[in-house]
Amino acid sequence: MLEGLLIGLSAAISPFNLMMVVMGCLIGTLIGMLPGLGPMSIIAIMIPVAIGIGDPTAALILLSGVYYGAIFGGSTSSILLNAPGVAGTVASSFDGYPMARKGQAGKALTIAAIASFAGGTIGAVLLMIFAPALSSVALLFHSAEYFALMVVGLSAIAAFAGTGQVAKALMMTILGLILGTVGEGALSNMPRFTFGMMELQSGFSFITLAMAMFALPEALFLVMNPARAATGDSGKIDNLRISKDEAKSIAPVIGRQSVQGFFIGVLPGAGATIASFLGYAVERNIATKEEQAEFGKGSIKGLAAPETANNAACTGSFVPLLTLGIPGSGTTAILLGALLALNVTPGPRLMTDTPDVFWAVIISMYIGNLVLLILNLPLIPYIAKILTIPRSFLIPFILFFTLMGSYLGQNNSTELLILVGFGVVATILRFADYPLAPLLIGFILGTMLEDNFARAMQLYRGFGFILERPMTLGLLVLAALLVLLPSFRTYRARKRAEGVADGD
Amino acid sequence: MALDRWIALAFIALVCVYGYAAFFTMDDSLPPILRRNPIWPSTFPKILTILGLIVGLVVLFTPKPKSNAAPKDGAIDLTRLGDYHIWQALALLVLMVAYALTLRPLGFVGSTIGFLVLGSVLLGERRFHILLPVAGIAVGAIWYLVQEVLGIFLRPWPAMFM
Repeated sequence: MLEGLLIGLSAAISPFNLMMVVMGCLIGTLIGMLPGLGPMSIIAIMIPVAIGIGDPTAALILLSGVYYGAIFGGSTSSILLNAPGVAGTVASSFDGYPMARKGQAGKALTIAAIASFAGGTIGAVLLMIFAPALSSVALLFHSAEYFALMVVGLSAIAAFAGTGQVAKALMMTILGLILGTVGEGALSNMPRFTFGMMELQSGFSFITLAMAMFALPEALFLVMNPARAATGDSGKIDNLRISKDEAKSIAPVIGRQSVQGFFIGVLPGAGATIASFLGYAVERNIATKEEQAEFGKGSIKGLAAPETANNAACTGSFVPLLTLGIPGSGTTAILLGALLALNVTPGPRLMTDTPDVFWAVIISMYIGNLVLLILNLPLIPYIAKILTIPRSFLIPFILFFTLMGSYLGQNNSTELLILVGFGVVATILRFADYPLAPLLIGFILGTMLEDNFARAMQLYRGFGFILERPMTLGLLVLAALLVLLPSFRTYRARKRAEGVADGD
Repeated sequence: MALDRWIALAFIALVCVYGYAAFFTMDDSLPPILRRNPIWPSTFPKILTILGLIVGLVVLFTPKPKSNAAPKDGAIDLTRLGDYHIWQALALLVLMVAYALTLRPLGFVGSTIGFLVLGSVLLGERRFHILLPVAGIAVGAIWYLVQEVLGIFLRPWPAMFM
């Protein structure tokens, strides 16, 4: 591990890569602050730039910097405006905004930054410990297990989508898988479902799809509902200091939530949002009576908990990506797509084949967190000025960047029409409350899923691999349970609500 | 019928078309040697078709749980669709399509400045003395970044000049 750390350190410390971290964090913070634009949109917009760099290490460092920056920027708008830029920072506004109202905006931002820093750093340490262990286990997996593991991942994402949403999330996953089969498959080089169109020969571009699923609907929602973009006075931010007593009281919160957040982040589909809400709830429950009364009115513990948890969870979500090559969230799915475009296949072999990429990412997580703490925090009063840019300037630029991003990926203006088409569909899906992350994850995993499935089928001359490999069978049963249990519980709850006995 | 059911219906229709292609037309062009393979290019799509139909029907026919949750802050409420700036959004979409169609013939600089300026005007911006320089500088900077730094060719002027 020490050797790996040194490899990573030497790669990440190069002036160019350091610049990438700083740039990524700043860009992430700037855009993440805009209400409505989440890390997924920002990363999608940044992908063409990252791919243009050409060096996978630098690209991944840039993108993870953007990711952290976006989460941090999202907390800033949660605290200052009560308008979270990212779902993962909604819980931060519960106590952060009341603090800002009391004139403690500076203090709240400091606490958010320190909590994020600690959560991210402790998360990175845990990642460093667990990822190598997990990838050595994953090396034992065959294509049959990979296939089953991806099925588990996809069903877990659907299962965590929330009550009444499981079937919808599954539908979106399958739609993503269907879109993934368009174009020439690796199996036979036969174009499938292209309807004779040359443009579809190589399938849909994932950048276009990512832009259309996240950035475009967000921008259109901002247009349709100006209330979403609560622009205005960001208030005066001074006095960034916190006292020794305050630091002492949030320290245990940070410790607990780093670990809890990290492990929630590792689970596919759970991610930063669930981690932050759960972190907030847990800390409120274990606080003393007097402290409990403070929650929701500007408690520093109530701010530190979700802030730590969401950053730790972001780091945790890198575990399945880096060790198994299976993204557990929309954001890591986009990162996976970017890596594939750069000819790096994340998975258990990542650590042995390209150790510099793996370790440089981990090192850049530390550096990124440090940059956020020492560079972004003092700059926040100035960065917050971006919140005063009028919407009429901002939205055309956001739209332009989405267009540019998908154009640069393919150098083809038909791609732009596909983008607009998918964007309209995605907006309609958002109206009807369909989750879009499963669609993108399904799309990105689709090809890999089919490849592994095909390999297993060929090795065992048919579906025999399901029965002959107990681990595959176990994983597939787990996937089925993950999907069926929540549906069954909803069904029971509905029956009970209707006052009908359900027979047991 | 609520919008999500309509979407489920559209999804089922899509899966039917997809499934028809997978089950009935795709295998015709398969070379005989590949037919001995345990897996065909149409195998995975066939599985997806079946799963898609099941899930689509579940979404279509599951009774909707009564939601007591208050509407989320800033979320779009479909029943008040008329109150939103839907025309602005549609106009921007049209503008994006126009941008896609003019990018090649007009060149990057012309079409992008046009897009940024018209987009801002659509959203109610009238301060042209700020708008035009901002759009101009941004376009220049982005062209330089893409062309020189990233090394991706982007034709700046209309096709007849270059």
